[in-house]
Amino acid sequence: MAPVMKFIRIDKENWERDLQKLRRSFRLIGPVKADQDCLFKTLGEGEFPDFNFLNTRLSLKSLVLPQSENMFEYSLDQSREDCHILKEVKRNPTQCVVFGIRPCDAFAFLLVKPNFDTPEHEDPYWKQAYGAITLVGLACDTPCSTCFCTSAGCGPYHEEGLDVLLVPADDHYLAKAITEKGKHLLKAVDWDTETAPGVAEKEIEARRLAAEKRITSFISTDHLKEKVTIDLYDAPFWEDVAFSCINCGICTYVCPTCWCFDIQDETRGKSGRRMRNWDSCMYPLFTLHASGHNPRGMKIQRVRQRFMHKLKYYVDKYNNGIQCVGCGRCIRLCPVNIDIRRVGELMNNYKPIA
Amino acid sequence: MKNPYLPYPVRIDEIVTETEDKNLRTFKFVFLNPGDQKEFVYQAGQFAELSIAGKGEIPIGIASSPTEKGFLSFTVNRVGQVTTHLHSMKVNDTMGVRGPLGNAYPWEILEGKNIVIIGGGFAFTTLRSSIVYMLDPKNRSKFKDIHVIYGARTPGMLLYRNEVAQWEKRKDIHMHITVDVTDDPDWAYNVGFVPTITEQKAPAGDDDTYAIVCGPPIMIKFTQPILDDLGYAQDHIIMSLENRMKCGIGMCGRCNIGKEFVCKDGPVFTLAQLTDLPKEY
Ligand SMILES: Cc1cc2nc3c(=O)[nH]c(=O)nc-3n(C[C@H](O)[C@H](O)[C@H](O)COP(=O)(O)OP(=O)(O)OC[C@H]3O[C@@H](n4cnc5c(N)ncnc54)[C@H](O)[C@@H]3O)c2cc1C
Ligand code: SF4
Ligand code: SF4
Ligand code: FES
Repeated sequence: MAPVMKFIRIDKENWERDLQKLRRSFRLIGPVKADQDCLFKTLGEGEFPDFNFLNTRLSLKSLVLPQSENMFEYSLDQSREDCHILKEVKRNPTQCVVFGIRPCDAFAFLLVKPNFDTPEHEDPYWKQAYGAITLVGLACDTPCSTCFCTSAGCGPYHEEGLDVLLVPADDHYLAKAITEKGKHLLKAVDWDTETAPGVAEKEIEARRLAAEKRITSFISTDHLKEKVTIDLYDAPFWEDVAFSCINCGICTYVCPTCWCFDIQDETRGKSGRRMRNWDSCMYPLFTLHASGHNPRGMKIQRVRQRFMHKLKYYVDKYNNGIQCVGCGRCIRLCPVNIDIRRVGELMNNYKPIA
Repeated sequence: MKNPYLPYPVRIDEIVTETEDKNLRTFKFVFLNPGDQKEFVYQAGQFAELSIAGKGEIPIGIASSPTEKGFLSFTVNRVGQVTTHLHSMKVNDTMGVRGPLGNAYPWEILEGKNIVIIGGGFAFTTLRSSIVYMLDPKNRSKFKDIHVIYGARTPGMLLYRNEVAQWEKRKDIHMHITVDVTDDPDWAYNVGFVPTITEQKAPAGDDDTYAIVCGPPIMIKFTQPILDDLGYAQDHIIMSLENRMKCGIGMCGRCNIGKEFVCKDGPVFTLAQLTDLPKEY
């Protein structure tokens, strides 16, 4: 039998002192209040994570896939030997520890991984950045009305994707190492006060069940796999789904599982860099051919692509569930209230007219 | 694993203007680091990203054949930003090549079969690679009959004219060159659109006969029903697609048709595969 993972007790009164200690060897990242929102940022000297939030406006995907990132450098100076030759930029991402990531956002990295870490090619930027983070997740007892994680493959106490699960209690936290990385972290801060066997497990289990019950909105996915791609693609409902969309792209930028990017060169004087930037399937330029032909030139084609990718193509390609963790950001932030739960319902229940 | 986005540095060794409108040029590249050439192992049908620092990258089919050693060649149509800049570059300029990328024509399946190559316009590049590969003395015996139907708008728009004339003279390949129109009284070959010539000249389809079709959408659209009539099964018709690309390795997300990435799962597909996918190309 696998050894039972023990819960470690961390007293809140020592919390700041302990984090201070960690700061010597890691970059600490955590949620902080900004305007009415909460954002993840690097915690400076004297700053500590603020756990009093529902969910952050943006996910943590930019930690691993920055909105803009240098890939190569080059010189256009003809007098130089290496003129026109791309050079790798130095990369040694600092080891960092994220405090307070929600389990859904951590699980999102696992859904994105098969895109960047494949048997044929590895994306070195994504892989190194992902390898350099330790994720200390905050169990979620206060979901938003738009959260539907429990039907999207994860949940408020979901462990997969986290290195440590942190559960807040009155005057302490309970921490559970999920991975070797997590164990290593607990050791590094001397967090080793084991709780009495069985007690914390029972309490957490009860809290997990209660938290899951608080999630009252769902996405239906059970029939997606058996649907025929072309049937869904040709379904009549896309016209209606896409009607109000203004192609702003917000849904894709805020989504922790959207990974599309563009590659661009930027030259200043005689030197420059090749970089990659977030891109979005919501924009016509994404697929425009030099000839002027565009396979997804119309809005309806782009809106359909977004949902088909998340709820059908991904499902079929990776056998790994849907490409969505149910964080609800796209629903909360869409200016015209397009709702992936409703589209999922349409797709999941669709029967082509024979 | 190595950085799949890093191009190999190359030097432009030769530039040939192919067509009378001067919009198509063939660029021959030599690797700057001899070791890189050994790593660049490719098959006919694959493509590469041509990379120009400060301008960007473009996916281009490899026009040279794996049997031609010591260089790579690509035939590039001038249309937009990167292709226009490339056309202004000179012999001995330095740039980059990243690849090989995508899948090749299915050579394991094609061995021992009759091959019918149908090409139109400047999509003939990887077809040239395929023909040179099959005609190589070491390979010719691996294939049965080879037919080539190749059309361009006018005689002056045909690519690789000297080579095509050489192939015309050979007995082990059946060439059917055609142009849409010509007022050249000495034109010794066919006049007519590719679908028409296919109808007249292509052998009937059977289990042992595969067609490889590359060309503009309009040509493909009208050639397809003719191949149907000739008895070609959908899984015996092989096509190569083009979609806008950036990464070329299935990661940036833009070139998909359904769940398949044209850059990684293609660009070569059978017609049978394509009928199950959205027509987003
Ligand atoms: C597998 C494959 C093989 C190809 N083989 C050839 C060939 O042998 N010869 C040839 O002349 N052309 C070929 N093309 C088309 C060629 O890639 C485009 O014409 C070229 O990218 C246009 O670049 P541009 O910068 O001049 O145009 P712009 O319109 O300025 O394009 C900007 C960028 O968009 C992307 N892009 C635009 N159009 C296309 C397109 N049709 N396909 C892919 N990416 C595009 C490129 O990244 C390009 O740099 C091929 C395309 C693919 C996908
Ligand atoms: S956020 Fe809403 S309006 Fe904007 S692109 Fe997404 S679905 Fe369309
Ligand atoms: S699709 Fe919407 S709900 Fe799902 S993970 Fe992305 S932003 Fe969250
Ligand atoms: S070009 Fe990036 S996924 Fe195909």
